[in-house]
Amino acid sequence: MIKIKDLQARVEEKEILRGINLEIGPGEVHAIMGPNGSGKSTLSSVIAGREDYEVTGGAIDFEGEDLLDLDPEERAHKGIFLSFQYPVEIPGVTVSNFIKTAINESRKGRGEEPMEAREMLAKMREKTALLEMDKSYLSRSLNEGFSGGEKKRNEIFQMAMLEPKLAILDETDSGLDIDALRIVANGVNKLRSEDNAVVVITHYQRLLDYIEPDFVHVLYNGKIVKSGDKNLALELEAKGYDWIKAENA
Amino acid sequence: MTDLAQDLLSSFVVAEAGLNGAKNLGVVNMRKEALDRFEATGFPTTRDEEWKYTNLKPVLKHDYKIMLKSESAVSFGDIKQYLLSDLDTYKLVFINGKYSSWLSESTHQSYDICTFAAALNKYPDILAEYLGKAAPAGETFVDLNTAFADDGAYIRIKANQTVDKPIEILYITTDENGTSFSQNRNLIIVEQNAEVQILERHQNLGDTESFTNFVSEVFAARDARVSYYKVQNDSDKASLVDNTHVKQASGSNVHVGTYSFGGKLVRNNLHFYSGGEHAESHMDGITIIGDGQTVDHHTLVDHQEPNCYSRELYKGIYLGKSHGVFNGKVLVRQKAQKTNAFQQNDNILLSDKAKVDTKPQLEIFADDVRCSHGCTVGQLDKNALFYLRSRGIPKREAEGLMTYAFASDALEYVKIPQLEKRLNGVIAEKLGINLEFAL
Ligand SMILES: Nc1ncnc2c1ncn2[C@@H]1O[C@H](COP(=O)(O)OP(=O)(O)OP(=O)(O)O)[C@@H](O)[C@H]1O
Ligand SMILES: [Mg+2]
Repeated sequence: MIKIKDLQARVEEKEILRGINLEIGPGEVHAIMGPNGSGKSTLSSVIAGREDYEVTGGAIDFEGEDLLDLDPEERAHKGIFLSFQYPVEIPGVTVSNFIKTAINESRKGRGEEPMEAREMLAKMREKTALLEMDKSYLSRSLNEGFSGGEKKRNEIFQMAMLEPKLAILDETDSGLDIDALRIVANGVNKLRSEDNAVVVITHYQRLLDYIEPDFVHVLYNGKIVKSGDKNLALELEAKGYDWIKAENA
Repeated sequence: MTDLAQDLLSSFVVAEAGLNGAKNLGVVNMRKEALDRFEATGFPTTRDEEWKYTNLKPVLKHDYKIMLKSESAVSFGDIKQYLLSDLDTYKLVFINGKYSSWLSESTHQSYDICTFAAALNKYPDILAEYLGKAAPAGETFVDLNTAFADDGAYIRIKANQTVDKPIEILYITTDENGTSFSQNRNLIIVEQNAEVQILERHQNLGDTESFTNFVSEVFAARDARVSYYKVQNDSDKASLVDNTHVKQASGSNVHVGTYSFGGKLVRNNLHFYSGGEHAESHMDGITIIGDGQTVDHHTLVDHQEPNCYSRELYKGIYLGKSHGVFNGKVLVRQKAQKTNAFQQNDNILLSDKAKVDTKPQLEIFADDVRCSHGCTVGQLDKNALFYLRSRGIPKREAEGLMTYAFASDALEYVKIPQLEKRLNGVIAEKLGINLEFAL
């Protein structure tokens, strides 16, 4: 589905990604772990198309197309979704108007008709129920005054509404209480299928107990320095990163 | 002295002979005195503190016709789009400064909704009581208007009356006179516990330059309620100096909303004189302008009595090479204890060629007051923009969505749903976006 080859990126003069190689197939779940500041969020942002980062080398191929040529919105239309580590507050735009606009702009981008109002409403009802969200969130300003956990839940609600092919969840577990973690993970699992893929960025095994990864990667200093199966995450949980750092010193 | 000022002075003699005010000695004297003051000062320049940021020279240089003819045939079809078509309203329509009874719908039934020209003749006592009592002598454009204005809207709502539908006032300029200099004047008297909603706009239908020097005096008696909406979306050939002066008695509530989307140069001098306890003064507005346009809001709230509230919220969005000015003066006199005055001016520059000068000006002589003020000039938040785009919303729409969200709280006090819808439509058009999400 997505093939990342020798991806290098920097911001201003600082090199952050130093040759990332990663291939993700449909139906797969990949976990990316790694110490703070290693470049995990940068990688997600570059995939989603944030213009602050300058790609200095390498390529990203998404379903046979060069992703790096596309605007962020075009990438979204192709089915890429990023759940932000720090969702942005947007006063004056309600959650429901926002999601309606996002869905219909994506449809338009794909040459489809807008969604019927009734279908939209039914879908919102279904997805708020799935994530056990109070419907009053829909009429609130996007993320404004939301608690940390509420913001994360709202990200997954948007994901559920948009049904992306590739969802990147950047520390979606941080800020969630124990029940919320279960609910959100359950929501993500419900959306999994043979056709879509999920990348989970996390620091903790906890989330991976619910969303079981097929592959686990360690990102360190702008590179993927180790890959394995779900046992790698357990090993990291037990041993920390010192041994990884030593291996790559 | 500019050529235009010279022309005005020499036209006065001719004008005076034909003015309706000739029958009203008080008014005749008032005009002469006003003209003398104008002769002494002339037009303001950027050396005047109050005109520091807005240069009138380029718009005053045209060879304006001062004594306007009004014979051209303007049909309802020509002006329909400038009226709220989906709402029944009273209408006062002026073509090149002269009242068109054909296009208007006035009344004398329970209230007077008619013309200034008629009032000059019919109600000399009322004129003597109110004319020039809100708009201060000594302000150049007010003086000039006082000297010349012979028509406009006259609205008098008697005590305890609520006007059954909004009043629309429309000032139309056509090509009939070539480049025209218009001076009309409203006199709006809302008596005790009466209520009225007024919409007003100036529209140049022609292809030649026009300059309008307009005065509106509003008197809100005890517990009166007034909503006054100004829609400024004129052609890029039209310039306007709007002098609106509102005098409030105790318990009155007056809202003036100014929505500026068009025109070449627009200067709004909006003054509130809060002269009775527990009066509420609301002024707000949205400015969205682009290449070659200037909108300048100069506001004053003069708190003269205790326990009053004023609220001022202006939002500005600037595209292309446009220029915005906001100067908000809040004066709290010594007697005006427990004044609560709020003022905020927020601006977004969507182009690096756009420019905003914003300045709050507080003069507080009472010690027990609550006054807050703030002004911001910024760009759209990049993180927020990326967030919206990453959800599939194209850049232009994302900018529009954020800009609309930024501006829309200044529409909160619009009480006429049809007008709110209209304004939303204009905002969408100006920002080049689809605003379905907001409607
Ligand atoms: N816009 C930016 N300007 C300057 N430095 C940046 C910018 N974005 C990222 N960086 C730097 O790049 C490095 C990688 O940051 P990134 O956010 O990708 O790390 P991370 O792996 O997601 O960390 P964490 O686990 O703390 O979320 C950090 O040193 C960070 O300070
Ligand atoms: Mg991160």
